Amino acid sequence: MSIWEYANPKKFMQTSAWALPWVSGAAAVCLVTGLIWGFFFTPDDYRQGSTVKIIYLHVPAAMMAINAWVMMLVTSLIWIVRRHHVSALAAKAAAPVGLTFTLIALVTGALWGQPMWGTWWAWDPRLTSFLILGLFYLGYIALWAAVDNPDTAADLTGVLCIVGSVFALLSRYAVNFWNQGLHQGASLSMDAEENVADVFWVPLVVCIVGFILLFVALVLARTRTEIRARRLAALVARERMA
Amino acid sequence: MIAVLTRDLRLAIRAGGGFGLGLAFFLLVAVLVPLGVGPEPATLARIAPGILWVGALLACLLTLDRIFALDFEDGSLDLLATAPIPMEGTVAMKALAHWLVTGLPLTLVSPVLALLMNLPAQGYPWLLASLLLGTPALSMIGTFGAALTVGVKRGGLLLSLIVLPLYVPTLIFGAEAVKRGAQGMEAAVPLLLMAGITFGAGALLPFAAAAAIRVNLR
Repeated sequence: MSIWEYANPKKFMQTSAWALPWVSGAAAVCLVTGLIWGFFFTPDDYRQGSTVKIIYLHVPAAMMAINAWVMMLVTSLIWIVRRHHVSALAAKAAAPVGLTFTLIALVTGALWGQPMWGTWWAWDPRLTSFLILGLFYLGYIALWAAVDNPDTAADLTGVLCIVGSVFALLSRYAVNFWNQGLHQGASLSMDAEENVADVFWVPLVVCIVGFILLFVALVLARTRTEIRARRLAALVARERMA
Repeated sequence: MIAVLTRDLRLAIRAGGGFGLGLAFFLLVAVLVPLGVGPEPATLARIAPGILWVGALLACLLTLDRIFALDFEDGSLDLLATAPIPMEGTVAMKALAHWLVTGLPLTLVSPVLALLMNLPAQGYPWLLASLLLGTPALSMIGTFGAALTVGVKRGGLLLSLIVLPLYVPTLIFGAEAVKRGAQGMEAAVPLLLMAGITFGAGALLPFAAAAAIRVNLR
């Protein structure tokens, strides 16, 4: 019994079929609880008023946008080293989800920035590096779509993901160097100096857990779709051969 | 490896098109920007470092899809893969050849365009140094992108989409070095960071590009 058993598509399909409703349900519960709690049962911030409540979408989406890329990096490495197809398909499945989270973070950030900073967009390091992260996702998805042979596509996108990770990190520090901006520092770091107040903290954590579960559920569902699509393609190919 | 290099150089010079194209594009950018933003010398001087770097980057991008595409189509890439030199070496030589026919000429003509763009005099050495150190990174990253997309029909647009985000750090540090140099500020830090990217790309990306080529030839 090792974790590599789940690299077997059949085993993966069985396990994910069992896990998917639970994960989705837990995600729904967490998101509904966290968002309702956040939106209706927390006080307005003394400086930012009620606009502070967009934090419950903005921060978790931004966190998951980065974590999705990290997950793609790990699964790409697993594919390149151990050639488990489920791993490559999971990376493929995660990319559009990560892109969506990036877009959510950018859009909610713009909606938040407009009343707070008086502008929809600023060429601030965090904003800019998120825009670049979105471009990385676009390139990755486009490369998957452009290559016909699925194994070739998995190899090429895997290499792109690894190289892209290095450059995404470089870009992050490059834009930091390039411009010092408006965006506040980390609000959830372990030292409590800069943390948000406790009233906002608890529902925020619930929302973050909800987004993590939502991400897992979406990736599981999309990976199942990819596996089924792959099986269908194999069946069609066999039909044509016969 | 020398043979691969000289072959590529000879092809680039004799086949025409690709060789002068990047330079002409660079010139066009430097002509069009003043027409677009207006001819005030102060404005031009302020945006010159960025425009020159963006122009160099786009000119470089324009010629990337030629690096492997022709060799892939006529089958010589397969021959190169079976040749007794490692694929990494071939890729590095391809990138070097691309740099010699685009990056180096761009660097050499950049002072003339900087004159058109009214760059302050103290910015010239920094412009030359940053382009000289930075364009090899552009060629190497571009070669990696070209290696990824070599099997894709009409991969040019995809290539741009993949390569442009990878160009971001080089562009930022390069333009920043010129900007600081032109304002008479200390500019060694961005220049050194950019040189670090160049050497890092030169050391690591040939392996990634060679892996991509092998996948595409499989």
